[in-house]
Amino acid sequence: MCKAPAVIDLPRHNAHFCAEHLQQLCRRQVAKAIDDFEMFAPDDRILVAVSGGKDSLAVWDMLIDAGYRADGLYIGLGIGEYSTDSGAYARRFADERNLDLRVIDLREEYGYDVPTASRATGRVPCSACGLSKRRLFDQAALDGDYDVVVTGHNLDDEAAVLFGNTLRWDIDYLARQLPVLPAANGFPKKAKPLVRLTERETAAWCLVRGIDYVVEECPIAAGNRHLAYKESLNAIEATSPGSKASFYLGFLERMTPLLADRSAAAVGELHECERCGAPTTGEVCAFCRLVDKAAAHVPVPVELVVGRRR
Amino acid sequence: MKVLLRNPRREIEVTGGRSVNRLLDDLGLGREAHLVICNGTLVPGDAVLTDDDEIEVRPVISGGT
Repeated sequence: MCKAPAVIDLPRHNAHFCAEHLQQLCRRQVAKAIDDFEMFAPDDRILVAVSGGKDSLAVWDMLIDAGYRADGLYIGLGIGEYSTDSGAYARRFADERNLDLRVIDLREEYGYDVPTASRATGRVPCSACGLSKRRLFDQAALDGDYDVVVTGHNLDDEAAVLFGNTLRWDIDYLARQLPVLPAANGFPKKAKPLVRLTERETAAWCLVRGIDYVVEECPIAAGNRHLAYKESLNAIEATSPGSKASFYLGFLERMTPLLADRSAAAVGELHECERCGAPTTGEVCAFCRLVDKAAAHVPVPVELVVGRRR
Repeated sequence: MKVLLRNPRREIEVTGGRSVNRLLDDLGLGREAHLVICNGTLVPGDAVLTDDDEIEVRPVISGGT
Protein backbone atom coordinates (compact mmCIF):
# COMPACT_ATOMS: atom_id res chain seq x y z
CA MET A 1 0.00 0.00 0.00
CA CYS A 2 1.29 3.43 -0.96
CA LYS A 3 2.28 5.53 2.05
CA ALA A 4 2.38 8.88 0.25
CA PRO A 5 -0.19 11.43 1.44
CA ALA A 6 -3.51 11.27 -0.39
CA VAL A 7 -4.51 14.34 -2.37
CA ILE A 8 -7.95 13.24 -3.51
CA ASP A 9 -10.66 10.72 -2.73
CA LEU A 10 -12.56 9.28 -5.66
CA PRO A 11 -15.76 7.60 -4.45
CA ARG A 12 -16.40 6.03 -7.87
CA HIS A 13 -13.12 4.15 -7.46
CA ASN A 14 -13.70 3.65 -3.72
CA ALA A 15 -10.16 4.84 -3.10
CA HIS A 16 -7.87 7.70 -2.13
CA PHE A 17 -5.00 8.65 -4.43
CA CYS A 18 -1.66 10.34 -3.87
CA ALA A 19 -0.35 12.72 -6.55
CA GLU A 20 1.66 10.03 -8.30
CA HIS A 21 -1.12 7.44 -8.39
CA LEU A 22 -3.69 10.00 -9.45
CA GLN A 23 -1.52 10.72 -12.47
CA GLN A 24 -1.18 7.01 -13.10
CA LEU A 25 -4.96 6.63 -12.98
CA CYS A 26 -5.43 9.48 -15.43
CA ARG A 27 -2.78 8.15 -17.81
CA ARG A 28 -4.36 4.71 -17.81
CA GLN A 29 -7.89 6.00 -18.37
CA VAL A 30 -6.76 8.16 -21.29
CA ALA A 31 -4.69 5.33 -22.80
CA LYS A 32 -7.72 3.02 -22.50
CA ALA A 33 -9.97 5.54 -24.21
CA ILE A 34 -7.48 6.05 -27.05
CA ASP A 35 -7.09 2.31 -27.43
CA ASP A 36 -10.71 1.17 -27.02
CA PHE A 37 -12.01 3.72 -29.49
CA GLU A 38 -9.00 3.65 -31.84
CA MET A 39 -8.68 7.39 -31.58
CA PHE A 40 -5.28 7.89 -33.17
CA ALA A 41 -1.93 6.20 -33.74
CA PRO A 42 1.39 7.06 -32.02
CA ASP A 43 2.71 8.81 -35.13
CA ASP A 44 -0.39 10.82 -35.89
CA ARG A 45 -0.23 14.62 -35.88
CA ILE A 46 -2.73 15.92 -33.39
CA LEU A 47 -4.30 19.38 -33.21
CA VAL A 48 -5.63 20.13 -29.73
CA ALA A 49 -8.49 22.60 -29.39
CA VAL A 50 -7.21 24.77 -26.54
CA SER A 51 -9.38 27.11 -24.50
CA GLY A 52 -7.08 27.88 -21.57
CA GLY A 53 -9.36 25.86 -19.30
CA LYS A 54 -8.49 22.79 -17.28
CA ASP A 55 -9.68 20.14 -19.73
CA SER A 56 -7.96 21.34 -22.88
CA LEU A 57 -4.71 22.00 -21.05
CA ALA A 58 -4.98 18.66 -19.24
CA VAL A 59 -5.52 16.70 -22.46
CA TRP A 60 -2.70 18.52 -24.21
CA ASP A 61 -0.41 17.82 -21.25
CA MET A 62 -1.42 14.17 -21.12
CA LEU A 63 -0.82 13.67 -24.83
CA ILE A 64 2.65 15.25 -24.70
CA ASP A 65 3.38 13.23 -21.55
CA ALA A 66 2.43 10.06 -23.45
CA GLY A 67 4.76 10.93 -26.31
CA TYR A 68 2.28 12.10 -28.95
CA ARG A 69 2.96 14.96 -31.37
CA ALA A 70 0.37 17.56 -30.46
CA ASP A 71 0.05 21.23 -31.39
CA GLY A 72 -2.55 23.59 -30.01
CA LEU A 73 -5.00 26.05 -31.50
CA TYR A 74 -6.61 28.77 -29.40
CA ILE A 75 -9.44 30.91 -30.72
CA GLY A 76 -9.91 34.38 -29.28
CA LEU A 77 -13.68 34.68 -29.06
CA GLY A 78 -13.80 38.30 -27.89
CA ILE A 79 -15.72 37.55 -24.70
CA GLY A 80 -14.19 40.44 -22.77
CA GLU A 81 -11.83 39.78 -19.88
CA TYR A 82 -12.63 36.06 -19.95
CA SER A 83 -11.05 35.72 -23.38
CA THR A 84 -8.07 37.87 -22.43
CA ASP A 85 -7.38 35.69 -19.39
CA SER A 86 -7.98 32.35 -21.07
CA GLY A 87 -5.72 33.26 -23.96
CA ALA A 88 -2.98 34.22 -21.53
CA TYR A 89 -3.24 30.87 -19.74
CA ALA A 90 -3.07 29.01 -23.06
CA ARG A 91 -0.02 30.96 -24.19
CA ARG A 92 1.77 30.54 -20.88
CA PHE A 93 1.15 26.79 -20.87
CA ALA A 94 2.56 26.46 -24.40
CA ASP A 95 5.54 28.76 -23.79
CA GLU A 96 6.56 26.98 -20.58
CA ARG A 97 6.65 23.67 -22.40
CA ASN A 98 7.97 24.90 -25.73
CA LEU A 99 4.82 23.74 -27.51
CA ASP A 100 3.39 25.04 -30.76
CA LEU A 101 0.26 27.12 -30.16
CA ARG A 102 -1.48 28.91 -32.98
CA VAL A 103 -3.86 31.71 -32.09
CA ILE A 104 -6.78 32.92 -34.21
CA ASP A 105 -8.51 36.08 -33.04
CA LEU A 106 -12.05 36.33 -34.43
CA ARG A 107 -12.13 40.13 -34.38
CA GLU A 108 -8.75 40.50 -36.06
CA GLU A 109 -9.16 37.83 -38.70
CA TYR A 110 -12.88 37.81 -39.35
CA GLY A 111 -14.11 41.20 -38.11
CA TYR A 112 -16.45 39.97 -35.39
CA ASP A 113 -16.61 38.45 -31.92
CA VAL A 114 -19.08 36.14 -30.17
CA PRO A 115 -21.12 38.82 -28.34
CA THR A 116 -21.52 40.80 -31.57
CA ALA A 117 -22.42 37.68 -33.55
CA SER A 118 -25.11 36.88 -31.01
CA ARG A 119 -26.68 40.31 -31.38
CA ALA A 120 -26.31 40.31 -35.16
CA THR A 121 -27.99 36.94 -35.63
CA GLY A 122 -30.53 37.17 -32.83
CA ARG A 123 -29.34 33.85 -31.47
CA VAL A 124 -27.86 32.94 -28.09
CA PRO A 125 -24.08 33.52 -27.87
CA CYS A 126 -23.26 29.82 -27.40
CA SER A 127 -24.60 29.16 -30.90
CA ALA A 128 -22.16 31.58 -32.57
CA CYS A 129 -19.37 30.38 -30.28
CA GLY A 130 -19.85 26.71 -31.13
CA LEU A 131 -20.23 27.31 -34.86
CA SER A 132 -17.11 29.47 -35.01
CA LYS A 133 -14.97 27.07 -33.03
CA ARG A 134 -16.04 23.97 -34.93
CA ARG A 135 -15.45 25.61 -38.30
CA LEU A 136 -12.08 27.08 -37.43
CA PHE A 137 -10.73 23.96 -35.74
CA ASP A 138 -11.82 21.87 -38.72
CA GLN A 139 -10.22 24.26 -41.19
CA ALA A 140 -6.97 24.51 -39.25
CA ALA A 141 -6.70 20.73 -39.06
CA LEU A 142 -7.24 20.34 -42.80
CA ASP A 143 -4.92 23.22 -43.73
CA GLY A 144 -2.20 21.98 -41.40
CA ASP A 145 -2.52 18.38 -42.49
CA TYR A 146 -3.31 17.11 -39.00
CA ASP A 147 -4.61 13.57 -38.63
CA VAL A 148 -7.08 14.40 -35.87
CA VAL A 149 -8.61 17.24 -33.85
CA VAL A 150 -8.65 16.51 -30.12
CA THR A 151 -10.99 18.27 -27.71
CA GLY A 152 -11.05 18.24 -23.92
CA HIS A 153 -14.59 16.89 -23.55
CA ASN A 154 -14.68 14.80 -20.39
CA LEU A 155 -17.02 12.27 -18.79
CA ASP A 156 -19.13 14.97 -17.13
CA ASP A 157 -19.54 16.79 -20.46
CA GLU A 158 -20.54 13.68 -22.34
CA ALA A 159 -22.89 12.42 -19.64
CA ALA A 160 -24.62 15.82 -19.57
CA VAL A 161 -25.00 15.92 -23.35
CA LEU A 162 -26.30 12.34 -23.29
CA PHE A 163 -28.74 13.28 -20.55
CA GLY A 164 -30.05 16.21 -22.59
CA ASN A 165 -30.29 14.19 -25.81
CA THR A 166 -32.15 11.45 -23.92
CA LEU A 167 -34.58 13.86 -22.26
CA ARG A 168 -35.51 15.08 -25.73
CA TRP A 169 -35.14 11.64 -27.35
CA ASP A 170 -33.09 13.28 -30.09
CA ILE A 171 -32.15 10.10 -31.87
CA ASP A 172 -30.05 11.79 -34.55
CA TYR A 173 -27.88 13.48 -31.95
CA LEU A 174 -27.69 10.29 -29.88
CA ALA A 175 -26.49 8.41 -32.93
CA ARG A 176 -23.67 10.91 -33.47
CA GLN A 177 -22.58 11.18 -29.83
CA LEU A 178 -19.41 9.15 -30.16
CA PRO A 179 -15.95 9.65 -28.66
CA VAL A 180 -14.45 9.46 -32.16
CA LEU A 181 -15.88 10.85 -35.36
CA PRO A 182 -14.02 9.57 -38.42
CA ALA A 183 -12.80 11.92 -41.13
CA ALA A 184 -15.53 12.11 -43.76
CA ASN A 185 -17.22 14.45 -46.22
CA GLY A 186 -14.56 17.14 -45.87
CA PHE A 187 -14.48 17.05 -42.06
CA PRO A 188 -11.34 15.98 -40.16
CA LYS A 189 -11.28 13.14 -37.64
CA LYS A 190 -12.24 14.22 -34.12
CA ALA A 191 -11.48 12.50 -30.82
CA LYS A 192 -12.16 13.00 -27.11
CA PRO A 193 -9.47 11.21 -25.07
CA LEU A 194 -10.78 12.46 -21.70
CA VAL A 195 -14.18 10.74 -21.89
CA ARG A 196 -13.27 8.27 -19.14
CA LEU A 197 -12.25 11.05 -16.69
CA THR A 198 -14.49 13.32 -14.62
CA GLU A 199 -13.99 17.07 -14.35
CA ARG A 200 -12.82 16.62 -10.78
CA GLU A 201 -10.10 14.26 -12.01
CA THR A 202 -8.92 16.53 -14.86
CA ALA A 203 -8.85 19.49 -12.49
CA ALA A 204 -6.84 17.43 -10.01
CA TRP A 205 -4.40 16.47 -12.80
CA CYS A 206 -3.80 20.15 -13.47
CA LEU A 207 -3.27 20.91 -9.79
CA VAL A 208 -0.76 18.14 -9.16
CA ARG A 209 1.08 18.95 -12.41
CA GLY A 210 1.28 22.66 -11.60
CA ILE A 211 -0.82 23.71 -14.58
CA ASP A 212 -2.48 27.11 -14.18
CA TYR A 213 -5.76 27.42 -16.02
CA VAL A 214 -8.69 29.79 -16.17
CA VAL A 215 -10.97 28.93 -13.24
CA GLU A 216 -13.53 31.68 -13.73
CA GLU A 217 -16.49 30.52 -15.77
CA CYS A 218 -17.33 31.99 -19.15
CA PRO A 219 -19.78 34.79 -18.25
CA ILE A 220 -22.06 33.80 -21.11
CA ALA A 221 -22.27 30.14 -20.09
CA ALA A 222 -23.38 30.81 -16.52
CA GLY A 223 -26.77 29.31 -15.73
CA ASN A 224 -27.17 27.39 -18.95
CA ARG A 225 -29.08 24.14 -19.38
CA HIS A 226 -25.89 22.09 -19.74
CA LEU A 227 -24.79 23.15 -16.25
CA ALA A 228 -28.19 22.20 -14.86
CA TYR A 229 -27.82 18.72 -16.36
CA LYS A 230 -24.40 18.38 -14.73
CA GLU A 231 -25.83 19.39 -11.35
CA SER A 232 -28.57 16.78 -11.67
CA LEU A 233 -26.11 14.06 -12.59
CA ASN A 234 -23.79 15.03 -9.75
CA ALA A 235 -26.69 14.76 -7.31
CA ILE A 236 -27.20 11.19 -8.52
CA GLU A 237 -23.46 10.51 -8.37
CA ALA A 238 -23.30 11.70 -4.75
CA THR A 239 -25.64 8.95 -3.63
CA SER A 240 -24.54 6.35 -6.19
CA PRO A 241 -20.87 6.77 -7.12
CA GLY A 242 -20.04 5.54 -10.60
CA SER A 243 -23.43 6.42 -12.05
CA LYS A 244 -22.12 8.94 -14.59
CA ALA A 245 -19.59 6.46 -15.95
CA SER A 246 -22.15 3.67 -16.03
CA PHE A 247 -24.65 5.91 -17.84
CA TYR A 248 -22.27 7.17 -20.51
CA LEU A 249 -19.98 4.19 -21.03
CA GLY A 250 -22.98 1.87 -20.95
CA PHE A 251 -24.58 3.97 -23.68
CA LEU A 252 -21.45 3.65 -25.80
CA GLU A 253 -21.27 -0.09 -25.30
CA ARG A 254 -24.93 -1.03 -25.63
CA MET A 255 -26.78 1.67 -27.50
CA THR A 256 -24.41 3.05 -30.12
CA PRO A 257 -24.23 -0.27 -32.02
CA LEU A 258 -28.03 -0.17 -32.30
CA LEU A 259 -27.87 3.39 -33.66
CA ALA A 260 -25.04 2.81 -36.13
CA ASP A 261 -27.27 2.85 -39.23
CA ARG A 262 -28.93 6.03 -38.02
CA SER A 263 -25.53 7.64 -37.56
CA ALA A 264 -24.50 6.89 -41.12
CA ALA A 265 -27.78 8.08 -42.57
CA ALA A 266 -27.89 11.32 -40.57
CA VAL A 267 -25.26 13.15 -42.63
CA GLY A 268 -27.42 14.65 -45.46
CA GLU A 269 -26.20 15.56 -48.89
CA LEU A 270 -23.18 17.80 -48.62
CA HIS A 271 -21.31 19.89 -51.15
CA GLU A 272 -18.75 22.68 -51.01
CA CYS A 273 -19.60 26.14 -49.81
CA GLU A 274 -19.38 28.42 -52.85
CA ARG A 275 -17.40 30.94 -50.79
CA CYS A 276 -14.96 28.96 -48.63
CA GLY A 277 -15.22 25.37 -49.83
CA ALA A 278 -16.27 23.92 -46.47
CA PRO A 279 -18.87 21.14 -46.52
CA THR A 280 -22.43 22.41 -46.30
CA THR A 281 -25.97 21.41 -47.19
CA GLY A 282 -26.69 24.88 -48.57
CA GLU A 283 -24.94 27.03 -51.18
CA VAL A 284 -23.15 29.14 -48.57
CA CYS A 285 -22.10 27.54 -45.30
CA ALA A 286 -23.40 28.61 -41.90
CA PHE A 287 -20.02 30.06 -40.91
CA CYS A 288 -19.77 32.32 -43.96
CA ARG A 289 -23.33 33.51 -43.36
CA LEU A 290 -22.47 34.20 -39.72
CA VAL A 291 -19.39 36.19 -40.68
CA ASP A 292 -21.41 38.24 -43.18
CA LYS A 293 -23.96 39.28 -40.58
CA ALA A 294 -21.62 39.66 -37.61
CA ALA A 295 -18.80 41.54 -39.32
CA ALA A 296 -21.30 44.12 -40.60
CA HIS A 297 -22.68 44.74 -37.12
CA VAL A 298 -21.48 47.38 -34.68
CA PRO A 299 -19.32 45.69 -32.02
CA VAL A 300 -21.33 44.71 -28.96
CA PRO A 301 -19.73 44.49 -25.50
CA VAL A 302 -20.10 41.18 -23.67
CA GLU A 303 -22.05 42.82 -20.84
CA LEU A 304 -24.99 43.30 -23.19
CA VAL A 305 -25.33 39.60 -23.98
CA VAL A 306 -24.61 38.08 -20.57
CA GLY A 307 -27.75 36.45 -19.28
CA ARG A 308 -29.04 35.30 -22.70
CA ARG A 309 -29.15 31.62 -21.92
CA ARG A 310 -28.55 28.65 -24.11
CA MET B 1 -9.56 29.90 8.60
CA LYS B 2 -9.68 31.95 5.42
CA VAL B 3 -11.68 30.31 2.67
CA LEU B 4 -11.43 31.56 -0.91
CA LEU B 5 -14.46 30.81 -3.03
CA ARG B 6 -14.65 31.27 -6.82
CA ASN B 7 -17.27 32.15 -9.40
CA PRO B 8 -17.65 34.80 -8.15
CA ARG B 9 -14.39 35.25 -6.31
CA ARG B 10 -14.88 36.08 -2.62
CA GLU B 11 -13.28 35.33 0.72
CA ILE B 12 -14.98 34.25 3.94
CA GLU B 13 -13.86 33.30 7.45
CA VAL B 14 -14.89 29.92 8.80
CA THR B 15 -13.90 28.11 12.00
CA GLY B 16 -11.53 25.17 11.59
CA GLY B 17 -11.70 21.75 13.16
CA ARG B 18 -13.86 20.28 10.43
CA SER B 19 -13.17 17.96 7.52
CA VAL B 20 -13.05 19.04 3.89
CA ASN B 21 -16.30 17.18 3.20
CA ARG B 22 -17.96 18.82 6.18
CA LEU B 23 -16.80 22.24 4.98
CA LEU B 24 -18.33 21.64 1.55
CA ASP B 25 -21.56 20.39 3.07
CA ASP B 26 -21.74 23.39 5.42
CA LEU B 27 -21.20 25.76 2.48
CA GLY B 28 -23.86 23.94 0.45
CA LEU B 29 -21.33 22.93 -2.21
CA GLY B 30 -21.37 19.57 -3.99
CA ARG B 31 -18.42 17.28 -3.37
CA GLU B 32 -18.38 16.04 -6.96
CA ALA B 33 -18.26 19.62 -8.24
CA HIS B 34 -15.37 20.93 -6.12
CA LEU B 35 -11.77 20.37 -5.10
CA VAL B 36 -10.28 21.81 -1.93
CA ILE B 37 -6.77 23.21 -1.76
CA CYS B 38 -5.27 23.64 1.71
CA ASN B 39 -2.18 25.84 2.02
CA GLY B 40 -1.46 25.33 -1.67
CA THR B 41 -1.91 21.55 -1.69
CA LEU B 42 -4.83 19.47 -2.91
CA VAL B 43 -6.42 17.55 -0.02
CA PRO B 44 -8.99 14.70 0.10
CA GLY B 45 -12.45 14.83 1.63
CA ASP B 46 -11.49 13.37 5.00
CA ALA B 47 -8.61 15.79 5.61
CA VAL B 48 -9.20 17.88 8.73
CA LEU B 49 -8.78 21.64 8.40
CA THR B 50 -7.56 23.93 11.18
CA ASP B 51 -8.04 27.60 12.04
CA ASP B 52 -4.61 28.50 10.66
CA ASP B 53 -5.19 26.97 7.25
CA GLU B 54 -5.70 28.95 4.05
CA ILE B 55 -8.28 27.22 1.94
CA GLU B 56 -9.41 27.53 -1.64
CA VAL B 57 -12.61 25.81 -2.69
CA ARG B 58 -12.23 25.36 -6.41
CA PRO B 59 -15.25 24.63 -8.59
CA VAL B 60 -14.48 22.13 -11.34
CA ILE B 61 -17.66 22.17 -13.40
CA SER B 62 -17.43 24.04 -16.70
CA GLY B 63 -20.45 25.25 -18.55
CA GLY B 64 -19.62 24.86 -22.21
CA THR B 65 -19.83 21.85 -24.48
